[in-house]
Amino acid sequence: MGKQKIIPKNCEAESCADCRLRCDKRETTRAVFTKEMKATHTILMPNMLPIHLELACRVLRIYGYNAVLMEYGLHGDSRKVIDAGLLNVHNDICYPAQLIIGQMLEALQSGDYDPHKIAFLYPQTGGGCRASNYIHLARKALKKAGYDYVPVISVNFAGLEKNPGFTVSARELRDIMYVLYYGDLLMCLVNQSKPYEIEKGSADALASRWVDTIIDDISHLRMSKRHIRQNYIQIIKDFEALPKTNEKKVRVGIVGEIFVKFSPLGNNELEKYLIAEGAEPVLAGLMDFIMYCVANMKYDYAYYGIKRGTALIGSMIYPYLTKKQKEISELITQYSSFRPMPLFPHTEQLVDGVISHAVKMGEGWLLTAEMLELADMGIENIVVTQPFGCLPNHIVGKGMMKPVKERCPDVNLVAIDYDAGATRINQENRLKLMLANARQLMAKHNGVE
Amino acid sequence: MDNQWTVNTGTGTYIGIDIGSTTAKIVIIQDGKTVYSKYERHFSQVRIKTLEMIREAKSYLGETPFGVSVSGSAGLGMAKAAGLPFVQEVFATGEVVRELQPDTGAVIELGGEDAKVIFFEGGMDERMNGTCAGGTGAFIDQMATLLNVTNEEMDELALKADRIYPIASRCGVFAKTDVQPLLNQGAKKENVAASIYYAVVNQTIAGLAQGRRFSGKIMFLGGPLYFCKGLRKAFVDVLKLTDETAIFPEYGRFSVALGAALFAYRDKKEFTYDTLTEALERSLGVKTETAHNEPLFRDEADYQAFLERHAKADVPMADPALYSGDAYLGIDCGSTTTKMVLIGDQNQILYSYYSSNQGNPVEVIRKCLLEVYQIMGDHIRIVGSSVTGYGEELIKHAFHVDNGVVETLAHFTAAHYFNPDVDFILDIGGQDIKCFKIKNGAIDSIMLNEACSSGCGSFIETFAKSMGYDAASFAKLGLFAKAPVQLGTRCTVFMNSSVKQAQKDGAEVSDIVAGLSMSVVKNAIYKVIRAHSPQELGTHVVVQGGTFLNDTVLRSFEKEIGQEVVRPQIAGLMGAFGAALYAKDQRKESSQLLSRQEVEDLTHMSKSATCHGCSNRCQLTINMFNGNEKYISGNRCEKGAGMAPGSYEILPNLYEYKREKIEALKTDCGEGRRGTVGFPMALGMYELAPLWHKLFTELGFRVVYSGHSSREIYSKGQYSIPSDTACYPAKIMHGHVEDLIEKGVDTIFYPGLTYNVNEKAGDNYYNCPVVAYYSELLAGNMESLKNVRFWYPYFNLNNEKMMQKQFFDFIIKEGIDVSRSEVNKAVHSGLEFYRNWMEDIRRTGSKAIAESREKGRPIMILAGRPYHIDPEIGHGIDKLANSLGFTVLSEDSVAELAPPVEVHVLNQWTYHTRLYRAAKYATENEDVQLVQLVSFGCGVDAITTDEVRSILEEKGKYYTQIKIDEITNLGAVRIRLRSLIGAVEASRKLKEQG
Repeated sequence: MGKQKIIPKNCEAESCADCRLRCDKRETTRAVFTKEMKATHTILMPNMLPIHLELACRVLRIYGYNAVLMEYGLHGDSRKVIDAGLLNVHNDICYPAQLIIGQMLEALQSGDYDPHKIAFLYPQTGGGCRASNYIHLARKALKKAGYDYVPVISVNFAGLEKNPGFTVSARELRDIMYVLYYGDLLMCLVNQSKPYEIEKGSADALASRWVDTIIDDISHLRMSKRHIRQNYIQIIKDFEALPKTNEKKVRVGIVGEIFVKFSPLGNNELEKYLIAEGAEPVLAGLMDFIMYCVANMKYDYAYYGIKRGTALIGSMIYPYLTKKQKEISELITQYSSFRPMPLFPHTEQLVDGVISHAVKMGEGWLLTAEMLELADMGIENIVVTQPFGCLPNHIVGKGMMKPVKERCPDVNLVAIDYDAGATRINQENRLKLMLANARQLMAKHNGVE
Repeated sequence: MDNQWTVNTGTGTYIGIDIGSTTAKIVIIQDGKTVYSKYERHFSQVRIKTLEMIREAKSYLGETPFGVSVSGSAGLGMAKAAGLPFVQEVFATGEVVRELQPDTGAVIELGGEDAKVIFFEGGMDERMNGTCAGGTGAFIDQMATLLNVTNEEMDELALKADRIYPIASRCGVFAKTDVQPLLNQGAKKENVAASIYYAVVNQTIAGLAQGRRFSGKIMFLGGPLYFCKGLRKAFVDVLKLTDETAIFPEYGRFSVALGAALFAYRDKKEFTYDTLTEALERSLGVKTETAHNEPLFRDEADYQAFLERHAKADVPMADPALYSGDAYLGIDCGSTTTKMVLIGDQNQILYSYYSSNQGNPVEVIRKCLLEVYQIMGDHIRIVGSSVTGYGEELIKHAFHVDNGVVETLAHFTAAHYFNPDVDFILDIGGQDIKCFKIKNGAIDSIMLNEACSSGCGSFIETFAKSMGYDAASFAKLGLFAKAPVQLGTRCTVFMNSSVKQAQKDGAEVSDIVAGLSMSVVKNAIYKVIRAHSPQELGTHVVVQGGTFLNDTVLRSFEKEIGQEVVRPQIAGLMGAFGAALYAKDQRKESSQLLSRQEVEDLTHMSKSATCHGCSNRCQLTINMFNGNEKYISGNRCEKGAGMAPGSYEILPNLYEYKREKIEALKTDCGEGRRGTVGFPMALGMYELAPLWHKLFTELGFRVVYSGHSSREIYSKGQYSIPSDTACYPAKIMHGHVEDLIEKGVDTIFYPGLTYNVNEKAGDNYYNCPVVAYYSELLAGNMESLKNVRFWYPYFNLNNEKMMQKQFFDFIIKEGIDVSRSEVNKAVHSGLEFYRNWMEDIRRTGSKAIAESREKGRPIMILAGRPYHIDPEIGHGIDKLANSLGFTVLSEDSVAELAPPVEVHVLNQWTYHTRLYRAAKYATENEDVQLVQLVSFGCGVDAITTDEVRSILEEKGKYYTQIKIDEITNLGAVRIRLRSLIGAVEASRKLKEQG
């Protein structure tokens, strides 16, 4: 059943020649996604970011993968997913791992799929954070539950494990990258429209029409730079034209560990809650995180003198990525009254004097940078989200709240922990406090103006 | 009305309602004056209570429309359901204080379960306790229950205290683990009571100040601070306040309600008595949102069948008047309860006793023994006696009990009596959850709850009291719950807030009771036993412990695991029954138990002291019996027990060796022509001190070390900890930095190290994020670091050339005039010195192994992190292991003796890679046991513990994990280690028998 012996390829060690010797001895067995499976298997993906991953998922389908986003836990049934996670993963492990593994087991046990005909796609971050272990924990959990034949395909920035049936060509990679930019743009505009939309649901509906258009473009190879630029402009114009009220609402930035920051399952539908409470949520895009990972390639070399080759590659990709973001950001300013997304190189340098760029585990310096960027944009209310007990966030989240406050005295920060045992009332009570202060802050500013 | 508080609401009537987690408060303001106020416990009946209170106040609410506003953590749901305006409680407090006492610097408000701090000076800043920081008012209630006093009595006791014990301040569960042994060891109630209040203070400061110091006038609000003078005193003492700067306003309990009234005035929404009561009545019918479980019993018949089935597991009771002959006594001196059983030669029970130990087990047992002697008359003779449980040592000494038996063995002995095929025992007691798997007639593995998840029996009991019920009727309430609420499986603190949520949603008490019972059960199965499926437990399950006498819990358990279990009718007495059986098994000619007369004459006094034998600074309790027999508890080693040096053998201890080695470093700290550098001794410094020491001294710096870790050091830096859920080894770093600054050091060094030393045995060689980057956090949060130079450059330790360059660039940038060759040489010597250092540790480890083998002495690897050698972090468990007869090795001294290990996870942290190898080494050697030390809050260990366990268990080794935090409770550790010894012993015997 597609099982073969393989050599784990997680080795980032600098002196790999010597390490390889040992690696050769350490053979482990994992279920591999074979070529045949591409035709027979459904690939299930966790739904961290609804727009981005919907797009990515449909791109994969264009390329012949039967990819599906897992919706378990997103429709009022989160308890089942959480319980499945608690049951199968060490309870002290990060909440995101519990949730994603919980979703996997729900998928396997729900009867929606033939367990022999599915595989999981698991996007993960690497590095010194516990998160780099998620995939191993997922495999361990599947094995314990008797599903060791189900392949788990890891997608990360440190390199792909070998899965003959899951290979990504340069073109596919390009398309995925483009949809992530599209995703960032759509998310940015939806968040600025939804709280003000006159017809309820119109912003989401518009975004989902655009998702269809983008996918249609990709499947018909309409991927010229000019065409994409035209799309960007049209998206911006469409959202600008959406009927909206011109109320002034409290704006609340969300930063944090990537999963709980974005995923409604992870953060008890934080965005929805904030909108319902009359606020406008503000989030940096997914590409910022990717650019952060690319930027770290150069910092790794600068601070530790390791991985020179990677650093070189990073320095080539970096300007390419930032340029694309700049293009979109400038178009927003040019064609609408929306607040453009901040530019990554600007965000990156904001942490100078606050935290070192050497801090690269988890969200690392990016989390602190995003707080500073929000404050810089005049968004002073910030929710710092983290899974309970998140190690990097002790440092870069809660640990940096004081320095951020010193630099930007008016910021109104609140740290919220997410966890299988944490209750909504606890979280909402703290958010209420933040919002009450936010309104007062707004009144103060208006008074001055 | 005695008190008239004036609030600026102009004319008109305004009602402020504050529904906290345990109490409801209401104030009515008319034309700016308070005309009515009321403070009552709501016993979870939030909506009904509010309605009642409004009805009571009817006479104050004339015909004219008035404003209303609701606040408080349990008020949110009600406000939503009834359509009343809501204001967040901290916000409300801030408003009211600004109005009534504008010169306030900060407010500290303690509620039933919340703690809040508001800073006014230098930018308003509001804080609430995090999800982990335990309750406060509810915590004090719990502690009072534990001391068996009322809140008022506890307050009075606290005022008479003459010493303060360190009690873990993070969360209620932890504190409880500290308090219980203190009581069991005979510490004075006065002192314990005061210590509890100090713990609350420390918790507030550590959890909420987060880097800000309290200055100016401090106002104290909320119920507990209004009622407890002892608590007030503790705050005043710790924050060093005076009568001028500590403000305890009369309206303390009503501040939130007053704030709500103020908000009602601004909100301008109008109600009349009729519209308000209607709105509240409407809210009573609003459906709940909380998730539910199915009922425990289908119908009455189902319940009857259940009762009949369990009535079968019984021991015969015999009338002692009709029995004559030999008898055996078993005592179980547990954490909260004392149990005693007297059995005859047919194992029939002649006498049994089960009661709370009322904070003084010696007295309880004395009375009880007298009763036994009374019953025995001349026709029954005790020929054997055993004692087990937390108080084992104390009781054994006090009454000259024949045998002490470790709890686990006592319980197994009893369970075996009921079901010789038993393969799984689950015992949920007052404080502990114990589970044993039985294989081939011996204990195969033991799981005890960690301090964090002890949501056990006493939890339900305390909860019952807080909701206004006694334990027995509370338990019955749950049996026929229609829709038991789902409350999560975490620690009690989380359950408290889950209950709050359920209350908010209007759940009935019966549903909450059933929900709590299910949580306790799930907690045991999934959190303590960590079973993946209920079937893993076994096929012959015996459950016991006082908590299982609660039929709701028992039924929940059966439902959860999907099979019927045996619950002996004496479920609560199993420890004592097992001890009695053990006494029978071990019987000698006669028992040395104190005679009736001796028991009658027994006097017991206790006092506390600190042992100064070593840096562990054990808190001793010295018990004196009859004025001349001394029994000391709280000690880790023989020195503390008052034994003379030389009268006992000192066993090899690599922890001690490493400590001494670091001490030896301090004798040569350099001459300092280039200045002084301070090393905070915590976290990674324990590993790399030799490297940095050599490097800096060679460069001409003088090195200064921070003092030995202690509670005092910790509290010095406590105010600046931003994330209270980080591990203790990290949090104590703040204190070490403060200590260095107090010593006048002008430069402090703690580098950033994403990568650790590459020992080429894993997939990577990271440090954990906390060790790697704690310097960034210190720089950002410690005000005092702004006045000194704080050096925290990043290095690559694995490339000498690179490190030389990095160090040179850094030190030149800091304006130190050194040459490149000097730096190169210093870096080289530093690295070499470190390598030799580690080599020496490994050599010493091997020597200790050889020596132990020669003498046939068992070896224990205490596998932790380098910083676990710190006695304040590791709690001197190494010495305890020594005193139990083990040679103690550290993980780094044996890691290289085993090849790199194949694990099922990413093996990417240097310290953890050592753990895996040490475990591997243990599996390869019969005489080596491994005990893993885990710091609470260590996220990485959530991964390593499972791996280390599987490495050991695959080869048939026992896995023992000790979770450590600020707690200094060695009782539980001792039980674990002794159980391990017992289990190893039993399996060895079994092997010998073939």
